[in-house]
Amino acid sequence: MLLQQLINGLTLGAVYTLIALSFSLVMGILGILNIAIAELFMLAGFIGITALMAGLPFPLALAAGIAGATVASVVIKFVAYDPVRSSPVITPLLTTLGCSIIIQNVVVNYWGSNPLQLPFEFLGERLRYGPISIGSMQILVMATSVASVAVLGFMIQRTRIGRGLRAAAENRDVARLLGVSAERLTIVAFALSGVLAGIAGVLIGMHYAAITPYVGVETGLKAIAVMVVGGVTRIWGALLAGPLIGIIEVMTIAHGGSQIRDLVVYGLMILILLIRPQGLLGGRSSDTGQRV
Amino acid sequence: MTGETLLSLDRATKRFGGITALDGLSFNVTQGEIVGVIGPNGAGKTTLFNVITGAYTLTSGTISYRGQSIGGLRPHRIAGMGIARTFQNIRLFASMTVWEHLLVAQPRGNGWSHLLPAAMGDKAARRRAEEVLTFFGLEDLRNRDAATLPYGLQRRVEMARALTAGPRLLLLDEPVAGMNADEAEELKSLLVALRDQMGLTILLIEHDMSFVMTLCEYLFVLDFGSKIGEGTPTVVRRDPKVLSAYLGDDE
Amino acid sequence: MSTYFAGLLADIGILTLGALSVYIILSTGQLSLGNAGFMGIGAYSASWLTVEAGVPMTLAVVIAAAVSGVVGVIVGFPALRLKGIYLAMATLGFGEMVRSFFLNFGPTGGAAGYHGMQIISVGYIWAWTGGLVVLVMVLERSRLWLGLRAVHDDETAAELIGLDAVALKVGAFGFGAAMAGISGALFAHHHLYIEPSNFGFQHSIELVLAVILGGSTIAPGSIFGAGLLILLPEYLRFLADWRLAAFGTLLIVILIVRRQGILDRQLYRLIGFGRAS
Repeated sequence: MLLQQLINGLTLGAVYTLIALSFSLVMGILGILNIAIAELFMLAGFIGITALMAGLPFPLALAAGIAGATVASVVIKFVAYDPVRSSPVITPLLTTLGCSIIIQNVVVNYWGSNPLQLPFEFLGERLRYGPISIGSMQILVMATSVASVAVLGFMIQRTRIGRGLRAAAENRDVARLLGVSAERLTIVAFALSGVLAGIAGVLIGMHYAAITPYVGVETGLKAIAVMVVGGVTRIWGALLAGPLIGIIEVMTIAHGGSQIRDLVVYGLMILILLIRPQGLLGGRSSDTGQRV
Repeated sequence: MTGETLLSLDRATKRFGGITALDGLSFNVTQGEIVGVIGPNGAGKTTLFNVITGAYTLTSGTISYRGQSIGGLRPHRIAGMGIARTFQNIRLFASMTVWEHLLVAQPRGNGWSHLLPAAMGDKAARRRAEEVLTFFGLEDLRNRDAATLPYGLQRRVEMARALTAGPRLLLLDEPVAGMNADEAEELKSLLVALRDQMGLTILLIEHDMSFVMTLCEYLFVLDFGSKIGEGTPTVVRRDPKVLSAYLGDDE
Repeated sequence: MSTYFAGLLADIGILTLGALSVYIILSTGQLSLGNAGFMGIGAYSASWLTVEAGVPMTLAVVIAAAVSGVVGVIVGFPALRLKGIYLAMATLGFGEMVRSFFLNFGPTGGAAGYHGMQIISVGYIWAWTGGLVVLVMVLERSRLWLGLRAVHDDETAAELIGLDAVALKVGAFGFGAAMAGISGALFAHHHLYIEPSNFGFQHSIELVLAVILGGSTIAPGSIFGAGLLILLPEYLRFLADWRLAAFGTLLIVILIVRRQGILDRQLYRLIGFGRAS
């Protein structure tokens, strides 16, 4: 039973991790909260399910979802970030909110406001090991998440642009010294953020075999909590925080009723902000943010 | 009142991590004097102001003001007791006019008048602001946004703001930085007038030696967080320790 | 007056108070993304008071304001440790916790929501809104408010010239929360049915939006922003299915062109309302 919950929690946590990484790439490097990431994720879910319904295999459906979210993310950079980059954090927060409203409206007009259901069973079989059962879908979700994080890790640790991203997350002036253009870094940050949101969206859509235009906010806020618990400027903190919060959620649902979970998750987030703003993993304390 | 000790530091020490910014500093400031603090860059002068005004708390040692220990008090309490200051890198409020700067720092006063529109209630506050405005010759600029004024005028507004708080002790951090010779001369007579007319004690940090030597009655010389000399300008000027501290400095 | 316009007017009045609650806290430089949580506390406590305890409406509103205000002060102290986007995220978490709390709180209906309130008139709503807007407009000309602005502009300098930044920031949180509580109390007795999801993140951000669009440096900006937020979608009705997208676009454009909001002190002085003290 415990092991079963652990597995379910890890599946959920894998998706949270991806979205939290998506938030934290933009937040860590540019210091802004891109609210529209929640809707990028939703958009990718719709594209992915539609692609599967059109008969495309999973890798292509995934690619289509990623492409949609990435393009939208880069467009957001030009439309909602560039023109307000010098203003206080509240302004980009609200311009990206404007983008959220637009994306949601487009999706509702194109797909309708009802949930889009996958009409056939996709990877429905469950593998049983004694009392534990794992859905093939769960395995796919976790495998894809791990692979994505591995690729991202390679990019960030080994490539020049990745070093630039890391440097920028530490200190926004250092990146300039490394000779990586700030403009390119910004585009890469938004694009990678879109890729991650895209993967997460397609995975969650397939996992539940359905998606609604209104799924973004709730999952998005949860992912923000994951980002905070992992440490806002510590991109890899999400790797610990995502599974942790996923498991906490599943456990509280199992033991305390489904509605206590938000109290626990957001309570943990506030606690971390107050006593350990650098996140669970620690390290030197990060800045406490610029003034509004 | 003159002759009494207003401010006194006893073995004041402030460390940041491994760096000792103030190292067992002791001195007394006498009421009614204009006192200068000089020393090379990094000698701990601004740190000194920050510990007096409560921006930093001392690592060890004591600070007392009018015989009362003020170490560990929050900055607004210390300001409320009559210590006002200006900043080395001018810190005016970006959204406020000159006039608003002269109202914001005044003590709350009696009753609830500070809750009323400043243009209606708070007569005493307006009178005080008007006096200071005139004293600093800022009447024509009252409705200008303070942060958009030229440098020299911004320094004046900052000083005026400090004065509206009704201090007994005024701390000025490099008041003539960025001023030309005429403005500095003007400031000098302004400060003397403040002392003579309002009975203020003034403690100032300044790099401009001719300004310090001609204005201050007493000087403290700091280097590496310690006092390396003190006395009247004539005495300090001849102190060999002071001279050697300044030799390596391009001041 | 047709019921349609009466409804819009009531919504504007309620949203204005919610926006003012954000404005007051923002005046000290603190961005709260959780004010719908304070609204929820006000809405539930006022409703419980009028329905279960038979307390008269006005008294219930006052008590609801006090309850929210106290919670605001309690939130205000830990909030001192955080700034900018970190404070925004923490208050977001607070708002979600409040929503989640009412979802689980049996006495006020939990997920099923709460009802049984007596309807209030648009006039009653605007008596509160009008009175409170005037109150804030009077206060924001006071020396106390100059203190809030000083903390907003430069907190360290404000403390060093003698302002108690802690008291001002916590006080602003309490006052703002009380304002949100009143807004919530009126909301509940206008809509007659409340559920936890009324007071989630999306409502919080709507309050922030009203302030930032209308103008975040003066109180009348809140009325203006609330009016804009309620009426704009109505005027965009001709766009049918695309009105939200149009609204989003307009939002981005306004923020790019006027990041301080449409109304600000300069514009206000220009049209001759604000006296140059």
